[in-house]
Amino acid sequence: MKCQQCEKPATFHITELTGGKPQELHLCEEHAREYLTSGSEPASTGSMAAVLAQQMAQQMAVGQTAAELAELDQQACPVCGITFYEFRSQGRLGCPHDYTSFQAQLEPLILNIHGEREHTGKSPKRCPQGAAQRTQLIRLRREMKEAVEEENYERATELRDKIRRIEVEDNP
Amino acid sequence: MKLDDLTNKSGEWLRGSGPEADIVISSRIRLARNLADYPFISRATRQDRTQIEHMLRERILRIEASGDLLYLNVEELEGVDRQLLVERQLISREHAESQGARAVAIDECEKFSLMINEEDHLRMQVMQSGLNLQSVWEQINRLDDLIEDKVTFAFHERLGYLTACPTNVGTGMRVSVMLHLPALVITRQIDKVFRSLQKISLAVRGLYGEGSQAMGDFYQISNQITLGKTEADLIQQVAEIVPVIIDYERQARDFLIKESHENLHDRVSRAYGILRTAQTISSEETMHLLSSVRMGVNLGLIPDLEIPAINELFIHTQPAHLQKLSGMELSTTDRNIERARYLRRHLNKEDGAGGADKN
Repeated sequence: MKCQQCEKPATFHITELTGGKPQELHLCEEHAREYLTSGSEPASTGSMAAVLAQQMAQQMAVGQTAAELAELDQQACPVCGITFYEFRSQGRLGCPHDYTSFQAQLEPLILNIHGEREHTGKSPKRCPQGAAQRTQLIRLRREMKEAVEEENYERATELRDKIRRIEVEDNP
Repeated sequence: MKLDDLTNKSGEWLRGSGPEADIVISSRIRLARNLADYPFISRATRQDRTQIEHMLRERILRIEASGDLLYLNVEELEGVDRQLLVERQLISREHAESQGARAVAIDECEKFSLMINEEDHLRMQVMQSGLNLQSVWEQINRLDDLIEDKVTFAFHERLGYLTACPTNVGTGMRVSVMLHLPALVITRQIDKVFRSLQKISLAVRGLYGEGSQAMGDFYQISNQITLGKTEADLIQQVAEIVPVIIDYERQARDFLIKESHENLHDRVSRAYGILRTAQTISSEETMHLLSSVRMGVNLGLIPDLEIPAINELFIHTQPAHLQKLSGMELSTTDRNIERARYLRRHLNKEDGAGGADKN
């Protein structure tokens, strides 16, 4: 069999799977190489986080002025204290509550990544609502630590009792 | 069980058994979970990390039927031991190289591995030889239930399981199948297969390298998205495409056998010859040649070798394994010499020179 693009014998027989129907190609080595390397996107070498940061940047660029973006970057999660800028540059969130704190920004991002908005898979058997309350412990522990540092022991004791109550409430 | 016991054994995914084991090396599912009451890892203090580690260790070791678990404090391990776990796919490279309190629990058969304080608080994986996603899912789902019985995971009613990176949110599940695809590489069809997979949002990654150039022609196919589909759907998406790729690989092998039998046989025999006679050899060249030999065995071109033995050579010739097996730290040069010695010993062992004449 001759190459479909020149007179040399076809030594490569390629079945093209992309596009509609599978398509058979018979090519010589030279033309096969040319065919296979043309139109190939550069191999993705970036990590998930890098890809994410890239998508993030694209999202942010839409309808945001520099001033708006700067203001957004300053926003911090009340539970863990991470700023939006920190998330944007690392691609990693700081705590479960960030999904609520940065909901407006994360929603389009999540839709962009997954093409979906809602979880339809398995759920914890024990009261999934309890998880949000337990996440408040992150904030309370942080506040307690701050109270101790400020030597505000009255406040620290109050917080400690509150933490213990929540810890005991739903401790498996 | 101790860490050193691992070195001489070959783990579950190297058994070379199970459905389609000539092409499918292993089936694996991992779930990402976080405790509801601690910050994610990037925001966790040293104290947080220690507490998470203690808490999860205590809960995991309390699980009944956990059997003889090997629990390793990764922070305290020697570099070579961490590398050994990476080579066996029991921990990720990131887990080996990061800082701070972190651990891994492994079962005796090396089917289960639970990483604590990796990118998420808990990353559990179940791995099995051959194509067997359903069985893997049943095992990991049960493990997840058992742990969930004892801790409160971060969960959002609409978004599902919450993870440190939004790319894993929802099910937190990554389903992967590792394939050996040498004929698709030789016939230069592999990139095409990749591009068509990317279009249906499946990710492909070389096992021991980045991008499409995989060492040893091992490729891992996994789901890209984790939200909006049930676990069963995500598994099915991968389970449906794998037989198609297996079929392409078989067709490519048939083609090579029919159309260029001499070339193929020559390639396989030369690879086998080099591996049995080399005096110094790099890890990369070893993988490359073993890949040809593995395919040769599957196609009946090398009669006196078994697949599990070759699978084991893929692992045992990697840097950390080689050093553990020889009982000392070795420089790159010494490793290459030791690797060649190891290969000669194992590939010539039974009938010595007799084996060489058969081919």
